[in-house]
Amino acid sequence: MILVKNGHVIDPVNGINEEMDLFIKNGRISSEFKINEKECEVIDAKGKLVVAGAIDIHAHIAARKINSGRAMRPEEFRRVRQKTGKFRAAVGRTLLTAPAIGYEYVKMGYTTAIEPATPSLYTLHTHEELDSIPIIDKAALPLFGNWHLVFKFIAENDIEKLASFISWVLEKMKGYGVKVVNPGGVEAWMYGSNAHSIDDLVPYYDVSVRDIITGLIKANEMLDLPHSIHIHCNNLGEPGNYETTVDTMKLANGIRNNRRQVLHVTHVQFNAFSGSGWKDMGSGTEEIIKLVNKSDNITIDMGQVIFGHATTMTADGPFQFDLHKLLKNKWINLDVELETGTGVVPLIYRPSSPVHSVMWAIALELGLLVNPDKNVISTDYPNGGPFDRYPYIMTLLLSRKYREKEMERAHKYLQRAANLPSIDIERTLEDIVKMTRSSPARILGMHNKGHLGEGADADVVVYDINPAEFNPDKYREIEKALSSALFTIKGGTVVVKNGKIAGDIWGRTMWVDATLRTTAEIIEPDLEEYFNYYTVNRENYGVEERWMRRAERIEVG
Amino acid sequence: MENVTCTFCGAVCDDLYFDGDEFRTKDFCPLGEAKFSRKKRIEYPTIDGKKVSYEEAVERAAEILHNSKRPLLFGWSSTVNEAIRLGVILAEKVRGIYDQCASVCHAPSVLAMIEEGIASGSLGQIKNRTDLAIFWGCNPVEAHPRHPTRYSVMARGLLTKGRADRKVVVVDVRKTVSALMASHFIQVKPGTDYLVFSAMRALMEGYEDAVPEEVGGVRKEKLIEFVEMIKSAKYITILFGLGIAHTRGHDRNVENVIKLVQLINRYTRCILQPMRGHFNVVGAGEVAAWECGFEWAVDFSRGYPRFAPSEFTGVEALLRKDCDAALIVASDPAAHFPRAAVEQLKRIPVIQIDPFPNMTTLLSKVVIPCAISGIEAEGTAYRMDGVPIRVKKVVESEYWSDEEILEKMLEKVLKLRED
Repeated sequence: MILVKNGHVIDPVNGINEEMDLFIKNGRISSEFKINEKECEVIDAKGKLVVAGAIDIHAHIAARKINSGRAMRPEEFRRVRQKTGKFRAAVGRTLLTAPAIGYEYVKMGYTTAIEPATPSLYTLHTHEELDSIPIIDKAALPLFGNWHLVFKFIAENDIEKLASFISWVLEKMKGYGVKVVNPGGVEAWMYGSNAHSIDDLVPYYDVSVRDIITGLIKANEMLDLPHSIHIHCNNLGEPGNYETTVDTMKLANGIRNNRRQVLHVTHVQFNAFSGSGWKDMGSGTEEIIKLVNKSDNITIDMGQVIFGHATTMTADGPFQFDLHKLLKNKWINLDVELETGTGVVPLIYRPSSPVHSVMWAIALELGLLVNPDKNVISTDYPNGGPFDRYPYIMTLLLSRKYREKEMERAHKYLQRAANLPSIDIERTLEDIVKMTRSSPARILGMHNKGHLGEGADADVVVYDINPAEFNPDKYREIEKALSSALFTIKGGTVVVKNGKIAGDIWGRTMWVDATLRTTAEIIEPDLEEYFNYYTVNRENYGVEERWMRRAERIEVG
Repeated sequence: MENVTCTFCGAVCDDLYFDGDEFRTKDFCPLGEAKFSRKKRIEYPTIDGKKVSYEEAVERAAEILHNSKRPLLFGWSSTVNEAIRLGVILAEKVRGIYDQCASVCHAPSVLAMIEEGIASGSLGQIKNRTDLAIFWGCNPVEAHPRHPTRYSVMARGLLTKGRADRKVVVVDVRKTVSALMASHFIQVKPGTDYLVFSAMRALMEGYEDAVPEEVGGVRKEKLIEFVEMIKSAKYITILFGLGIAHTRGHDRNVENVIKLVQLINRYTRCILQPMRGHFNVVGAGEVAAWECGFEWAVDFSRGYPRFAPSEFTGVEALLRKDCDAALIVASDPAAHFPRAAVEQLKRIPVIQIDPFPNMTTLLSKVVIPCAISGIEAEGTAYRMDGVPIRVKKVVESEYWSDEEILEKMLEKVLKLRED
């Protein structure tokens, strides 16, 4: 039992922004008020900020992709974060080892993270890695947007079969939701091509990108999964691509869900470029921001870039090849039979680069202008940069002065090509709590997370920030306080004290079981047929719960 | 039992029949059949040749590791990921060296990958799409016998329906039995692969004048024909073996073929696949990568991982007499390391965990027999393309699994550290 006393609690879900006590019992927030302090571990949080544990909605923290990146980049692991002792050794710069990922997250007050792209064929590997990440809760989203069986069901216009297939895959793979990456484009890459608009057709199956996206949204809503489909749009990283993003968002028109969005568009920064080429590339956020703010069925995350080292890794095979050609840097590609592709290319974001500076500004424009209830902070780790720089992003959003200082470092082309210099808004602490806690929890459909109401997971963070005396001009202090939590409590256990790891526990891996809503019988002949083309036997395909460290099945239906 | 997974080579076939009561097999290749047959086992744990209990052996092993300044923990490619993970953690906690079989096998390929990355794919990409398969410096018929039928040569896929839809080229220094299944055989002179790759890159980019009349024993016209064949194919897979990675040029050869593949991808699609040997040598690298950042040759003596292939591989560390104890798991370095390294192994206390007696057993102080992964113990293994496949327990056994032994050993070591 833990009692967090006198802290300034910000909990937008329950409308709290005031001094109060929090009582933690059996790993949950309790509303009991007769508390014997002698039986509790008491944390005095007078004059400190107390919030729920943060959630990273999109970070490539496990799976074949990041691990190939590790194998290709030993240069990444010269930074020592923690020596071995009571806890594990932790190393890594932008790519971190699995122990380092868990430790670094909780040090900043993050207690949940989502691996957003796992090829099903390789998902057992993904779970093995997730199981090696200490402390945090996690989940994985299997990739659907370039799966031959998805194309087949879309071509047959059979949404019921598609929904059955989705629930079959989630159960087999212990996955949490539906990820879509460059739909159709990655399959086109198998022929050396790509998809450049939502009307492009997929070779062999003759279905359009538009049909794939709307089909997957409809199937996802038919199942009413906790999370909506989670999309990485076509044309990522290409000047002028904001139009494709807007076209994609419009596909959600007319489809509704009372609990949440029906389309989550991820790392939007990379898909919000204007211009016709690199010479006139600029910010294309205006229309996107308008559309997201006026729609109640679309959400986004930022995809901030951080100046410095990064390792790009996506299931977007053709994009990674283009980046390899552009940068002439080393390149990993992994084509996955019948399902998807993958690529990894290292990159440095330089403030001296006009394009990188504009990208940095685009994400901040999204962070400042999109409604915090529909927006989440992310770097698309490790594509935009390391997740341990989230406090930097939060502080940039909180402090105009900090932004101006950072803008001085950036290329002056930014002044012309982005809207950021003219934006005066400073986000409030409550906005930041939304963009890191309540919004990702609602978007993901994790109702016990992102808030501190009764029964919520006891994931609680105490920061050395006094909201009553908050001054955004003291940005160095804010960034430092956000980087290093005074206390992080995960599921009722203190895991961080004064910015140092204090406890080592194992979190849960959440997965969604929607098989009650569907019947696998209707897709049986298709599965039989397509497993002739796999190189793994159908009986050996998938992940069993007993192989996982701490699986949590979430049943819908 | 149906759908049994074979734990011999990197092809990790998972479509086999094995009757554990009578040790009857069906559909296995000769290599797998040999593994899934009744063989002489290490009968019980021993210390200095004397029979002891599992508990005593594990305790003694933990003491040796704990009291050692810098033990070598080597092997791992023939056990499952669950055991490998514990091995990496054990190496970290005893501040030793973690190294695995790749360091004497496909390490040059990994070094090349560090330089250039690699454009690769799962084996189903060969089965379903590949219309031109090129085997270079490898001999699948003898080393991965079911690879050609299951994945590459005869496999019937979605777009490429079978052997008739697929051209097969074998490039090697001699006409191997694998060359018999090829539509084209190209014989290169030993040690000239680098030159041939360079010539092909030049031809690919239109620098015909820069290429001499003969490269590595291959006529220029034949190379031009080969490059044209590649350019006109839709999806090419190049499979390579130690014929490239362990001949003159080593990692530079692999780097050159990776660059060739990068170039081919500007014209058509192409992937590259190393023919990995032991069934879970990929896992021995992957698990280490996520646990400590590096795949092999990792030293923990400073309390954090460091990678240096010229210093921290098993062979190098033994040659320099850096290690004062060794734990050998699922491997036989005494039979495969250079003589001077084996002599050093003889001087230090060696702990062995293995189902079968081998040369290393003869010089081990503590010998701990274990259940055979894939027959008596389950777990996860990574096929040569990294696809994770569960290997099964099909026979009951009194032997402890690698995972159980290492778990207990790690517990004991942590206890000794606390004291």
